[in-house]
Amino acid sequence: MSDIPSDLKYVASHEWIRDEGDGVVTIGITDHAQDLLGDVVFIELPEAGAEFATGDDLGVVESVKAASDVYAPLSGEIIAINGDLEDAPELVNSDPYGDGWFVQLRLSDTTELDDLLDADGYAELCEAES
Amino acid sequence: MGQKTALYDKHLQMNAKLVDFGGWDMPIHYGSQVEEHHIVRRDAGMFDVSHMTVVDVTGADAKEYLRYLLANDVIRLQEQGKALYSGMLNETGGVVDDLIVYLMTDPDVTGEWFRVVVNCGTREKDLRWMADHTAKFDNVALTERPELAMVAIQGPNALAKVASVLSDGRVKLINDLKVFQGLESEGWFFARTGYTGEDGLEVMVPEEYVADFWQALADAGVAPCGLGARDTLRLEAGMNLYGSDMDEKISPLSANMGWTIAWEPAERDFVGRQALEKQREAGVKQKLVGLVLESRGVLRSHQKVMINGEEAGEITSGSFSPTLGCSIAMARVSANIADTCHVDMRGKLVEVKVVKPSFVRNGEKVYS
Repeated sequence: MSDIPSDLKYVASHEWIRDEGDGVVTIGITDHAQDLLGDVVFIELPEAGAEFATGDDLGVVESVKAASDVYAPLSGEIIAINGDLEDAPELVNSDPYGDGWFVQLRLSDTTELDDLLDADGYAELCEAES
Repeated sequence: MGQKTALYDKHLQMNAKLVDFGGWDMPIHYGSQVEEHHIVRRDAGMFDVSHMTVVDVTGADAKEYLRYLLANDVIRLQEQGKALYSGMLNETGGVVDDLIVYLMTDPDVTGEWFRVVVNCGTREKDLRWMADHTAKFDNVALTERPELAMVAIQGPNALAKVASVLSDGRVKLINDLKVFQGLESEGWFFARTGYTGEDGLEVMVPEEYVADFWQALADAGVAPCGLGARDTLRLEAGMNLYGSDMDEKISPLSANMGWTIAWEPAERDFVGRQALEKQREAGVKQKLVGLVLESRGVLRSHQKVMINGEEAGEITSGSFSPTLGCSIAMARVSANIADTCHVDMRGKLVEVKVVKPSFVRNGEKVYS
């Protein structure tokens, strides 16, 4: 069973969201997602300052197995990207909720946070997919 | 649930992630495909390849039968145990399968006999094809050997680590093995062959002994490796994968298998010969090349290869090369391709280098 921390929020496309307060969130992909992808070898992320609406393509994760789009789980502006992933994409496999984070977003609409799945909801979804 | 090899319980014990592979439940990796790849390039890893199909070809006409069945010529096998890689072709010159054939000799049997190893995904088709082609011969018998499990131990330290778990007699046997040679020892078969571009062994083991053998190897420091790493290793080594890089519609001449066709002696008739001769005369329009992507991204099979904006072929196998740290691929393209071309990667045209389809041997980059 994959790890699904209870303090995070999730979307069905397998991204996790951590509410950092003040309308800022950190985003990454879940343990379940990295397990499905296998070893991650490249990650393409947007530049700081780019703006996204919910559901937009945020980037691409290339693993040994497949290329997979990453979607913006919320609307907002990129305020930070995880530069470590350029040289160490394997962090996504080894620490998907920690050092393997992707981007930080300043939300344009904090009420969107209410639409996210909690850990139980996401666990049910993974269960249903497997 | 698929078929299980005799090592299935070992795979579960060693935390394998299992996938369906040609109807078999096989390990794709035991944690990290990339780490397993590096272990084989740097030390020693082992693969369960028991799903592969072993067929013994015996009888007074065995040799003449194989000279007819295969595009390569088993007459080239002049020493006990020597192995030959060959395509088994259809009448239109397409590849029914690729295989390895070993010249076996047995003191209890008069005459020569052969051991053939074919792919698992093509087993039924191959067995039917092989059986059908015995009709022209009076004395050929085909015996499948499903009771033999097979373990491939590959890497620079593979032979030494295997030796550490064998009896003295078998240690001598493997130390004396030449590259591409396999010999029997009391029901076991040790061959210095593989599918990784590294030195190593493929060992056929009666299935009742294979779990203990596997465990002994693990205890000797040989890492279990899955089919994921096997695929990236063989791709780096420029070895074809049946069903991806060639199939029944593809000529060996368009699959970098020209070297496996024994044209001489010209009077030898083999299945597909006429078609191949016509193709050779007409000129081969497509060939299999290697591609290297020096920028970021991963080449994938079926992506289109473009020359001057025109579609000129497609990738047959593509992946990330853990040894080189960039993406590599094999592609079937117009024979007149230059030393660069473009690949349509998810809608973007990306420039790639065109090289011979061989990227890494014995741990080192080989293309330039």
